[in-house]
Amino acid sequence: MSVTESATASATVGENLLEMRGITKSFFGVTVLDDVDIDCRPGEVHALLGENGAGKSTLMKILSGAHQPDGGTILLDGEEVSFGHPRDAQAKGVSIMYQEFNLLPERTVAQNIYLGREPHRGPIVDQGAMERSTAELLATLDAAGSIRPGSVVRNLSVAQQQTVEIAKALSFRSKILVMDEPTAALSPHEVVSLFERVRLLRARGVGILYISHRLGEIFEIAQRVTVLKDGRRVGTLDVAATTPRQLVRMMVGRELDHYFPPHAVPAEIGQTRLVVHGGGVAGKLHDIDLTVRTGEIVGIGGLAGSGRTELAQALFGVRPFDAGTVELDGKPIRIRSPRQAVRRRMGFVTEDRKVEGLVLLLSVRDNSLLALRSLGSWLRRGAGGPVSIRDLLRSLDLRGAGLDQEVRYLSGGNQQKVVLAKWLASQAQVLIFDEPTRGIDVGAKAGIHELMRELARAGGAILMISSELPELVGMSDRILVMREGAIAGELASDASEDAIMLLATGEHDTVSVA
Amino acid sequence: MTAPRMALPGGPPGAWARALRTGLGSANAAPVYLVLLVIFVVSWVIVGLAGGSFLTVENVTSVLVRSVALGIVSAGQTLVILAGSLDLSVAYVISVAAVVSSVIMNGDPGRIVIAVVVVLGIGVAVGLTNGLLVTKLRVNPFIATLGVALVLRGLLNAAFDNFAGKVAPQFETLGYGGIGPLPWSVILLVVTVLAVWWLLRSTPFGHHLYAVGGGEETARLSGVRSHRVIIGAHILCSLAAVLTGLFLVSRIRSGAPWIGPDGGYDLESIAAVVVGGTALTGGRGGVWGTLAGVLILAVLDNLFNQLQFNSFLKDVVRGVIIIAAVAIYAQRQRRMSR
Amino acid sequence: MSVGANGAPGDVTRAAPAAPGDEADPWQRRLVRLMRGAGPIFVVLIVLLVLIALKNPRFIQPAVFLASYLKPAAPLAILAAGQLFVIVSGEYDLSVGSLITVTVTSAALLIHGDPALTYPILALLFGIGIGVGLINGTVTTRLHVPSFIATLGMLLILSGGIFYATGGAPRGSLPENFRAFGRAGIEGVPFLGQLPYAVIVLLVVGTVFWLLLHRTNFGQQVFAVGGNARAADLAGIDVAAIRTACFVLSAVSAMIAGVLLGGFAGVSAQVGETYEFQAISAVVLGGATLGGGRGSVPTAIAGALTLQALFTLLNLFGFPAPLRSVVQGVIIVAAVAYASYRLRRSR
Repeated sequence: MSVTESATASATVGENLLEMRGITKSFFGVTVLDDVDIDCRPGEVHALLGENGAGKSTLMKILSGAHQPDGGTILLDGEEVSFGHPRDAQAKGVSIMYQEFNLLPERTVAQNIYLGREPHRGPIVDQGAMERSTAELLATLDAAGSIRPGSVVRNLSVAQQQTVEIAKALSFRSKILVMDEPTAALSPHEVVSLFERVRLLRARGVGILYISHRLGEIFEIAQRVTVLKDGRRVGTLDVAATTPRQLVRMMVGRELDHYFPPHAVPAEIGQTRLVVHGGGVAGKLHDIDLTVRTGEIVGIGGLAGSGRTELAQALFGVRPFDAGTVELDGKPIRIRSPRQAVRRRMGFVTEDRKVEGLVLLLSVRDNSLLALRSLGSWLRRGAGGPVSIRDLLRSLDLRGAGLDQEVRYLSGGNQQKVVLAKWLASQAQVLIFDEPTRGIDVGAKAGIHELMRELARAGGAILMISSELPELVGMSDRILVMREGAIAGELASDASEDAIMLLATGEHDTVSVA
Repeated sequence: MTAPRMALPGGPPGAWARALRTGLGSANAAPVYLVLLVIFVVSWVIVGLAGGSFLTVENVTSVLVRSVALGIVSAGQTLVILAGSLDLSVAYVISVAAVVSSVIMNGDPGRIVIAVVVVLGIGVAVGLTNGLLVTKLRVNPFIATLGVALVLRGLLNAAFDNFAGKVAPQFETLGYGGIGPLPWSVILLVVTVLAVWWLLRSTPFGHHLYAVGGGEETARLSGVRSHRVIIGAHILCSLAAVLTGLFLVSRIRSGAPWIGPDGGYDLESIAAVVVGGTALTGGRGGVWGTLAGVLILAVLDNLFNQLQFNSFLKDVVRGVIIIAAVAIYAQRQRRMSR
Repeated sequence: MSVGANGAPGDVTRAAPAAPGDEADPWQRRLVRLMRGAGPIFVVLIVLLVLIALKNPRFIQPAVFLASYLKPAAPLAILAAGQLFVIVSGEYDLSVGSLITVTVTSAALLIHGDPALTYPILALLFGIGIGVGLINGTVTTRLHVPSFIATLGMLLILSGGIFYATGGAPRGSLPENFRAFGRAGIEGVPFLGQLPYAVIVLLVVGTVFWLLLHRTNFGQQVFAVGGNARAADLAGIDVAAIRTACFVLSAVSAMIAGVLLGGFAGVSAQVGETYEFQAISAVVLGGATLGGGRGSVPTAIAGALTLQALFTLLNLFGFPAPLRSVVQGVIIVAAVAYASYRLRRSR
């Protein structure tokens, strides 16, 4: 019998299955959750909406036992519970599907799904039973054809790994299932089949907390929605009784329209800086042609896994092009390492700040000087150069952070400003941004956008990768859309979000995401 | 793969396929055995050309016996390294086990059992200490086990400065006896390796060990009690060191306090594990690779002995081989991750 | 966000006055930062020194202090300062102990008591040291062998090589002008009496290494590489070159320590044994984290001096020699446990 089919069959929406009351949590003295309430009924999809940094993920980590709250109570079936360890939460029927993958790359699909609760006979893991249940689980996800229980996760594609995550979450006989941005890396087709699974779970009486910032999904799948902003609950509404506009206002605290600085006017766009002809990386990218000019921001859209980040890495020499030519300011160049890129006054604001952008143990000053120092002689004292870091950071408006503060204590927005300061200090002229505002609160987000536009106006040439369609449309002067390792097409700055999705997926039945 | 195949029961064919995937035939162990094979064949040829004989029962047995001590302790070391830790205290645990068991026995066969029980108890205590330091006090494993090694060294050297005690004559069977041509010591090695393999492959503990070493946070979020797993690995590693100590004392007949550190078992066991393809960062590898790593070192030793190679140059070649082997795996791993 | 008000940031980079000195803040603040990061080890060191002085008042006489404490401590302190670079860059160097032995034994073998050969051979030895560091660095950074294994292999190669070359018992001898580095000093210094060369060497090496790690572009890049090698690489830092340079500095410090030890410990094939672990212990006592990104030269030297003070103290109290390593083990573990506790609390 399938592990998933044994959940309770009562589909009645009634008493609260889960109540979280007055949840408070702070890290490093910064309050991330302030007196937040949320509940969930059996058979309900309750959406949790909020900008990045609003506290959604922290709230859910508290529910799953990964963090402990500083204050507040959690009631499950009317009974107060406290989870000191994820195992406690799982035992009580709460499971969570994390946004970032929590799979072990070196282990098989079955071993990942049943990690921590391997079926066993006596002291022996029943591998056969484990793989059989896994196969059944995958079959219910319509993925049995593409994923084998014995496959090592490292060898799976991103979408396949996502499917394994879903299977893992489903494998708990959960009363409450938390889904943290489950559609981030899925194609529209996969989103449709995910939603079918969600409806099936609802029918079985499972309560689902669904985290997303994509409004379309919420109107499609959720019954109620709670909006968080800056760690506080703004309100809880019936989805049927609200509008996207109202939710956006609750979420960002203002109208969406004033969000982005104006696009470049033709006069601001100057000579060609960077040209790629027929660029390719074996197995990742092929036939890349692109041009970036002074003063413009070129957006790069596409689904996760379409080769956007690989393109940025190839341009910056992380995994260099092995085919095609690159020209900078009309001269053919070869960039084989990030060091060569930095020497040519290029900059790369990576997707994952903490892993690739910053040295968390070092101070704001030392991080800002990282790229500049790499260009200088080893025995030179201090930083040197024509740049005053103090003035630079003042201009970036790094509120509440001293030069000697370690960057790990800064907020996401301030950390991103330090990354920017690093490239401004080295006077980078061609800048690549990969998801420039991921994990940044709304206020700082607008600030980063404004900065990017200022940089372009001051003569910078900017490439911007973004998964946020509004950002892509709002910021880009031209939009290149990638699909399967190639550029599927170019759109003007007034392109509709639908047109981008159409190009990105190559499908004509786009669902209304974002 | 199609739907009907999934209904296939996990009978013998499936079980074998799985055993191969997770054991001998795994992506990591395979190249190690290839290296072993190459070194074995090259040694055979060289010794043959030099007029010696390599592939005789006596010689193969000698290679195996040579592998026993390092093999057992390395099997234990494999567990801690897979868990993302390491153990520098094994050399002194070996000495403590050898000396204490020898002193307790003092030639009396009736005290074999109590001697073995006591030293196993010491092994558990040392492993527990290592594990608690690494998990609860969050001391870097390098420093934690180095500190424990220093403590053991001090206690040992304060109490003994020469051969101490005497093992019971019956106990020497472990070092010298056997069934037919098969020495007990080799059986002990094989049983230890099989036990560790089974533990890693078939028990929840083994699965959790890989998980903790591969990603402690992921393991924790999946409900694995990572601290218990790491502590368990340290206890088993210390027990393996105790077994090695018992084997060594059965061969030299009296406990010598220098037997562990002089054999370099701390660093050599780590080298054997890594030459066997297990990642020093944890989560990837297995005990079959370690066995191959140990055999590679033993075959080389044997080759040099047969050629009456200067014993000091052996260390030089050994160092080169260790670096070269790990460099080859590193290139392979990088290609695979591309 | 007030970028608009201040003008475009692109302008700032050009318009700002050339002020390289901007980065240099007042020395007081630096001192505060240094003490904040260093604190505990100096307190422990001073407590130990006071205990020694209470037991043996002669200890505070400058001449005695220099000759019986600081001079024997110098090799380990120098070694720790070199090892620190490797540790801060995120690696280990286990080969230094055997490199010390190489220095002592091959100096004895090659110089063979002939004073005229001292300086040429010294130059040769430093060449070997730099070569060993380059190999360690290259194997680690280009062949991607974990440094633990790379330098362990180097340890085997070097110690095997020494025994092969010497046949197990060191041959030859060191002339007086070689041994002078370790045992002699500048005589007749007012107040101090003899100022040992070893102490001068320690001061010079300590100062140079301190400048390198804490006052140069290179040093800052070492911290960046150890703190986050990926981010350092993406910022254009030549991670392989930085790490290799750290291995070279460590090897050079081992050669220097070897020259001093050859002077007062004499020629033996065991002279460098366990020094690699002692150096790492000293560095860790000085607050550096294994894994990289944190550490300082003064505190690493203080860590080495603390170990030496500990041995002196245990000696004075007639502690049985073997039990000293028990105390050493407990102290190292306790220090690291305390540091990680403090780190967790500060979050």
